[in-house]
Amino acid sequence: MTMSHDAQAYNFAYLDEQTKRMIRRAILKSLAVPGYQVPFASREMPMPYGWGTGGVQVTAACLVPEDRLKVIDQGADDTTNAVSIRKFFARTAQVATTERTQEATLIQTRHRIPETPLTEGQILVYQVPIPEPLRFLEPRETETRKMHELEEYGLMHVKLYEDIARHGQIATSYAYPVKVEGRYVMDPSPIPKFDNPKLGQSPAIQLFGAGREQRIYALPPFTDVVSLDFDDYPFASSKAPHDCDLCGARQSYLDEVITDDRGGRMFVCSDTDFCASRQAQGKVGRLGVGQAEGAK
Amino acid sequence: MYVAVKGGERAIENAHQWLAEERRGDLSIPELTIPQIREQMKLAVNRVMAEGSLYDPDLAALAIKQARGDLIEAVFLIRAYRTTLPRFALSNPVDTGAMAMDRRISATFKDLPGGQVLGPTFDYTHRLLDFALMAEGEAPFAAALPSTQAGAEGDDAPPHVPHVTTFLDRDGLIETDPATDTTPPDLTREPLELPADRALRLQGITRGDEGFILSLAYSTQRGYGRTHAFVGELRIGRVAVEVDIPELGFAVEVGEVELTECETVNQFKGSKTEPPQFTRGYGLVFGQSERKSIAMSLVDRSLRWQELGEDFTGAPAQDEEFVLYHCDNIQATGFLEHIKLPHYVDFQAELELVRRLRAEAQAQAQQQEAAE
Repeated sequence: MTMSHDAQAYNFAYLDEQTKRMIRRAILKSLAVPGYQVPFASREMPMPYGWGTGGVQVTAACLVPEDRLKVIDQGADDTTNAVSIRKFFARTAQVATTERTQEATLIQTRHRIPETPLTEGQILVYQVPIPEPLRFLEPRETETRKMHELEEYGLMHVKLYEDIARHGQIATSYAYPVKVEGRYVMDPSPIPKFDNPKLGQSPAIQLFGAGREQRIYALPPFTDVVSLDFDDYPFASSKAPHDCDLCGARQSYLDEVITDDRGGRMFVCSDTDFCASRQAQGKVGRLGVGQAEGAK
Repeated sequence: MYVAVKGGERAIENAHQWLAEERRGDLSIPELTIPQIREQMKLAVNRVMAEGSLYDPDLAALAIKQARGDLIEAVFLIRAYRTTLPRFALSNPVDTGAMAMDRRISATFKDLPGGQVLGPTFDYTHRLLDFALMAEGEAPFAAALPSTQAGAEGDDAPPHVPHVTTFLDRDGLIETDPATDTTPPDLTREPLELPADRALRLQGITRGDEGFILSLAYSTQRGYGRTHAFVGELRIGRVAVEVDIPELGFAVEVGEVELTECETVNQFKGSKTEPPQFTRGYGLVFGQSERKSIAMSLVDRSLRWQELGEDFTGAPAQDEEFVLYHCDNIQATGFLEHIKLPHYVDFQAELELVRRLRAEAQAQAQQQEAAE
């Protein structure tokens, strides 16, 4: 028995149409009930659970041949897993790909929201490891589903309060829980809380896929999203207190890069497209080089 | 001057090439063939078929070869392939009573209709390394293979061998297990929702990780959700798979699969709702997979505490949510290993937080010192 593994052997975007239909139904339901986790019959994908199988299935169900796809991991287009997923769709769906946020019609992401504001018509697909914001407070799915049903989020507030009592502030720096349209508490996936303010009132459609946990949830365009906090301890976004060393950006989220073994380090934009565009415009940071020189 | 690291794509391609080279190993050693793996690594093939939920010895052997003998990786290859296959039909329930048996033992009755057939088992082998197997070439191997009685016995087995539990059932000594025509739920087509019924639980366990199910079963034997199981019967053999063809109006045999079936008889003293009766645990696994099917039947029994009116003692093997959410090794290994992926962004967020908290703590300490 021989098996051909070339693209022709598989349907457009890998998944069969029945499976896509099932996923699209879950997506539509999730858009109708923002922030609610819709169970779906997640399939085994040719990449491991935990590598973005939820995001990949949502992307596969949304892609049309005219799409232009961008895939980022940690904000970067060139991280290994982003490269791998982009290649997967380039091969199985033959869609155009791009690294430019503005040019993409669909962006699959892990752990970041692009710095460049999204626009109407764009879809942002998040890869989600643990969709349940209450999971680390209550390990049982049967319990947490009940808590959502009854809108019983006291446990979460107690957790945030205990943070303040212990540390003087809310000690959650990523996967910071949000409340959607005043109803469901939602895990925004492990994005840094720096990105939380971009979740609300976005003109783009935001879809969240958790493959292993078999859940899809969504934020339709212009949804109210509030990061949980207290009146006297309001939510505060945060980032490393530096400018990008390559492009000089002050308002972008930064990666820390260790440059030597004597404590030397630099800070660079985690959003590689944002940083490269700024450098192309001639913006230079502390350790950056002019475009002409850098092109070498 | 700093230049951002690029070249993920080239690194991936090179890694794949290196992997292919490593898989092949020393070129002066002949390459393994799929039939060799299928015939000589049969128990590994069985495990990959069972946990991959796909009965195809050739593909399982291919997966083992491609995965360099990493069975979980092989299971993963099979699962990813399986999920792309169309479904032609649902088969009729297989009749394990009509199994062409290679092995059939009962630990509860010394002799019984159908007899005890030891079959090809490790059970009474002395675990001494057989250095003869290390000798090169076919000759010593062929010499060690006289025709056996057991095989002949298996062939002579009556076409229908009743299950041990039916004898107990006739006397009302074991709980009845009424047949039902309900189509069981399909774990691979619907999201897992709890509470799960027994059919769904069995489905989850039979494709669950052998090591995990084994340890859970073992834990019940040691008192964490006590089971005291007798192997009423363990049978291994081939059964016909039949599909109803509506146009023909009758069932047609489409193939056969090798199965291991284990029925345990469990002590049960009766409760408010049930008269004293033995209870059942059930295991059914693709291929010759004895350890797995026995373990499965113990875990099945343990998970039935609620329907049998037993107490929940908090034992892991009693907790269907714990068992079903954690028994799948493809899910488990994926999530476990994903922590190898870059987490620069969330780690950076934590780093900032810890630095800030430390700075604040330090400032506070200094303030206090100054005040004193």
